[in-house]
Amino acid sequence: MTEEIIAGLVVLVLASFVGFEVINKVPPTLHTPLMSGSNAISGIAVLGALLIAGPKDWNLTVILGLIAVVLATINVVGGFLVTDRMLQMFKKKEVKV
Amino acid sequence: MTAIPSLIQITYLVAASLFIIGLKQLGSPATARQGNLVAAIGMLLAIVGTLLDQHILNYGMILVAMAVGSLIGAVIAYKVEMTAMPQMVGLLNGLGGAASALVAIGEFWRILSAGETITASAMVIVILGVLIGGVTLTGSLVAFAKLQELLPGAPITFPFQQPFNLSLLVAFLVGSGFLFIDSSNLPVFLGLVVVSCLLGVLIVLPIGGADMPVVVSLLNSFSGVAASVAGFIVFNNMLIIAGALVGASGLILTQIMCKAMNRPITNVLFGAFGGGTTAGSGASGGATAVNKNVKTVDPEEGAMMLGYARSVAIIPGYGMAVAQAQHTVRELADQLERLGVEVKYAIHPVAGRMPGHMNVLLAEANVPYPQLYDMDDINPEFERIDVALVIGANDVVNPAARHDTGSPVYGMPILDVDRAQHTIVIKRSMNPGFAGIDNELFYKDRTMMMFGSARDVLSKLVSEVKQL
Repeated sequence: MTEEIIAGLVVLVLASFVGFEVINKVPPTLHTPLMSGSNAISGIAVLGALLIAGPKDWNLTVILGLIAVVLATINVVGGFLVTDRMLQMFKKKEVKV
Repeated sequence: MTAIPSLIQITYLVAASLFIIGLKQLGSPATARQGNLVAAIGMLLAIVGTLLDQHILNYGMILVAMAVGSLIGAVIAYKVEMTAMPQMVGLLNGLGGAASALVAIGEFWRILSAGETITASAMVIVILGVLIGGVTLTGSLVAFAKLQELLPGAPITFPFQQPFNLSLLVAFLVGSGFLFIDSSNLPVFLGLVVVSCLLGVLIVLPIGGADMPVVVSLLNSFSGVAASVAGFIVFNNMLIIAGALVGASGLILTQIMCKAMNRPITNVLFGAFGGGTTAGSGASGGATAVNKNVKTVDPEEGAMMLGYARSVAIIPGYGMAVAQAQHTVRELADQLERLGVEVKYAIHPVAGRMPGHMNVLLAEANVPYPQLYDMDDINPEFERIDVALVIGANDVVNPAARHDTGSPVYGMPILDVDRAQHTIVIKRSMNPGFAGIDNELFYKDRTMMMFGSARDVLSKLVSEVKQL
């Protein structure tokens, strides 16, 4: 248990550093798409939801898990699609210029 | 059967790499769209990989749930107006937070009903998951309601708000302590859920509309952290990594926004409470310092000023977004260019209600990218600009930020529109903005006000300019 948590902490800290490095120096034009895109990634909670919604028998956990699957999927699908819609507009403009 | 677990882990590794590559590409205009696609593929891989898990047997219901979620997500993504983007991001954030909180609650219930004892470390993680997920959910919903104007955008405060919040926090800590002694105490656990949700509401309520870019990006960061915590609950590295990436990116954006306002994050979050007196003294100080005469100009005369200028700078703000006037702005710029006027757009980093809000709206209206200028690039040029046209922007052009130490906006970097030869301000009325701060720009000799909704005034301007 504790070992797993420490291993998780290692991953957490290293991934945070990667996040800071990767996203630094983004031009203001891309602030909104970056935010909605990363927002879609935060829908990764869907994985946790899938795992607790997994068992075959019905109980409160499975029901909560299924609700979480719906909510997180909206987050993921809505987030990626709306980001694409926005970036498409930027694209059109660049071609024109 | 160790092949499948290994396969899942390798899928996760690939998915995590795709997320990092995708985020990297999202940071540059040329590759942004591809980056979004790469990240989406990563997400698809991660989901497919997870479905291979042998503990997942409930495929029918899960697929139904995912289909429902995808349908709703797709519909709102295609239906939403570009002007409503801040609300949309806020709402999606809240859903992500809710999902993470539900995972924490569900796991708690599973352990409890299986009759297992919860270790102290697992308890900490579950409580953290409930707290961060709950705050993200209700905080985002309040932000959504404010942006959608279901709630007033102005800060909402009540007496003893801070002591009340503090006592809620203490109650939360005491409740958590109880759970460590007796982990099967369901009412206490539910109490923690309620308090978490209340805290989210109470943190965002006192924050004014103009500070929303900070709140939206901070909540974005929270939704990532919530996902990471959920990752600790179900021991899944993929969740931890993706959550950490989002948490970090949200923090960076929050930091950029705070810097653009020259205010520490604590001031944005808790400023509304003591802020009343400062705002009052600032306004009265400004009132004595400047001559209270306001000059107005009608669209006909305004069109002449714009049409015969050599260079015009357009400063869009939230007012343009509310009136959905971005297309009319573009039309006006086209007409002016026809007359040989050089048109530039000056974008303040916190104009609007989320980071980059104005850029998205102007992109929707097909404004060419090279015409958009950041604050640092345009400020030295204002002296050579004949007319600065301010459309529904207020605090970001308030000269008091440069010199009036009593003003709440003091120290915030602003667009120096008062240094242009003439300034035309399009505004609905003389009402001070969200912060309730008077803007001395409106009383300057070279400033002229044009009252009305941005869209109406701009269409009149367009038809007048056409006749020149």
